[in-house]
Amino acid sequence: MASLSTSLRTARQQRRQVRAQGAVQARGLISNAQLNRGSSRIIYRIVLTAVIVIATLVFIGPLYFLFSDGLKSTQEAISSPPTIYPHHVHFSTYTKAWSFMQVGILLKNTLYYAIGALLFQLVFDVAAAYALSKLRPVLGNIIFAMMLATLMIPAAVLVVPQYLTVASLPIVNFHLLGTPEAIWLPSVANAFNIFLLKRFFDSIPGDLLAAAAIDGASPLRTLWKIVIPISRPILGVVAIFSFVGVWKDFLWPLLVESNFTPTRETLNVGIYELSGSAPQNLVIAASAMAAIPTLIFFLFFQRNIMSGLTAGGLRG
Amino acid sequence: MSGTGGRRPGFPRQAIKRNFTGYGFLIGAVLCFAIFSWYPMVREFLMSFQGRKIDASTGVPYTTWVGFQNYSRIFHDPTFWTAWRNTAEFTVLALIFGFAVPFFVAILLNELRHAKGYLRVLVYLPVMLPPASALLLFSYFYDPAYGLFNEVLHWLHLPTSQWVLTPGTGFFSIAMLSVVIASTWMNMGGATLIYLAALQNIPGELYEAAELDGATIWRKIRHITIPQTKLILSMLLMLQIVATMQMFIESFILTSGGGGNSDNVESVVMLIYQYAFELSGASNFNSAAALGVVLMLVLATFSGGYLYITRERT
Repeated sequence: MASLSTSLRTARQQRRQVRAQGAVQARGLISNAQLNRGSSRIIYRIVLTAVIVIATLVFIGPLYFLFSDGLKSTQEAISSPPTIYPHHVHFSTYTKAWSFMQVGILLKNTLYYAIGALLFQLVFDVAAAYALSKLRPVLGNIIFAMMLATLMIPAAVLVVPQYLTVASLPIVNFHLLGTPEAIWLPSVANAFNIFLLKRFFDSIPGDLLAAAAIDGASPLRTLWKIVIPISRPILGVVAIFSFVGVWKDFLWPLLVESNFTPTRETLNVGIYELSGSAPQNLVIAASAMAAIPTLIFFLFFQRNIMSGLTAGGLRG
Repeated sequence: MSGTGGRRPGFPRQAIKRNFTGYGFLIGAVLCFAIFSWYPMVREFLMSFQGRKIDASTGVPYTTWVGFQNYSRIFHDPTFWTAWRNTAEFTVLALIFGFAVPFFVAILLNELRHAKGYLRVLVYLPVMLPPASALLLFSYFYDPAYGLFNEVLHWLHLPTSQWVLTPGTGFFSIAMLSVVIASTWMNMGGATLIYLAALQNIPGELYEAAELDGATIWRKIRHITIPQTKLILSMLLMLQIVATMQMFIESFILTSGGGGNSDNVESVVMLIYQYAFELSGASNFNSAAALGVVLMLVLATFSGGYLYITRERT
């Protein structure tokens, strides 16, 4: 045991040293040497503690109330002054909210929409970006430019004609309102996905694909066996953001999926729609339950999400 | 390979094949773009100049061109101007909070040598919540009678507030400020992490050189940090202006779907929604489209101005 703990400790020290060496390169405004000097060291400790305490209060504080207020009874939830912790714990609030706000159905709907949108986006956008990057058909550049042009048009501006289009598709007159396709198919028209994927595919050396072609691999096989395995990091980014995008979207699912029985809404829309007719404690409990899946998702994919954010943010 | 026409090389045939497969791979995405993105863009413009009229003799409604009637109708609607004023107010406030706060938080986090991962996760946590969850929680906190925020004010011996329900539309109204606070809490994580990444790309030698010259912290920020991150700063500024001008869900949920006392936080996108789906049925799709075109032009002016300014600089 002792040897294990010492070896753990040395490993930690080594890691800290490596990190400290890295910090010499990417340093902040104040140098490490200055921070380690007598009084600045104390000030640094005070600032560090203050930042940690304040940040925890500001960002975890509301989450604490999100989860604990859902344990209150209806009376306690609207008592004045508000209680800081539930004086009488009512786990039944969560079960009541689960059935009254139909959280189970909403959760199932949202998962179905999010996973479907993820698959549609991966299949169609990867294929399109691969074609634009490697197969380069005639007019490919014009198509790519037209896709990028959609980034200039803010999404909220187009909701009305998009809604009318989904209500009755041109030429074929399909009615998509209330179907999952109303969320899946428009999500494919995501120029940012195409841009990210194409940029990544552009960096794959052509020789590699030419070698595969000489061996007789078809474009589809090349895509499947060579391009996709290399592109895993960027596929992860696209998948995570498409999933989170559907989970967080509000206006679009509000328009195309509301007013059906049984409900076809997403969690985000559903808990809002029912919040008007439900007692306060049920609303908070349902909000907490709606937050749990994304929080778990975040804790799992935290690293990928945060690095993907800067991959997308530092574009251009 | 017979039938390629004698001595002619297989080139055209290959090119056709390559194009054929190319379009095979493209077709799904192109169709989705065409139906759900390109066509609605054109339709938005066309719709804004159309209207539905009822045939006097048969009573059948039909669509016809009405010129600028939709535009003049919305320009004469007082709510139109209120919504624009509110959206401008939100944008200004959201820039003060949502643009400056993340930048200073990022600078602060970049100085810390400990708990970096924890603080980063903390700042980004609210971004992952479903917006409705976060906003329903905030509207509970904002409740004048039993909300937590008034209790905190009470505890600090400060006058309590009506928060989002505060009447009056003075510039920087309390109601709009409440919306901005909720919005900043929800959204600041993304910008903070992007700034943090930009700050970490600044070469340390620059600061070391400045220290040799005896520069103070403030001068280091002013002459190294800001110039080095200028590109990211200006790009995020533009993206944030475009995003905040499309504000919808914050006002919508905090006022429980508009109506009542929501005039002082009504936003442009909320008005588009109300024109199209709440006021008086289908005929107002055209007014909503006209308002959408106006919003698009305003946002295009911002993007265009941004492109112009950055071109001048480089």
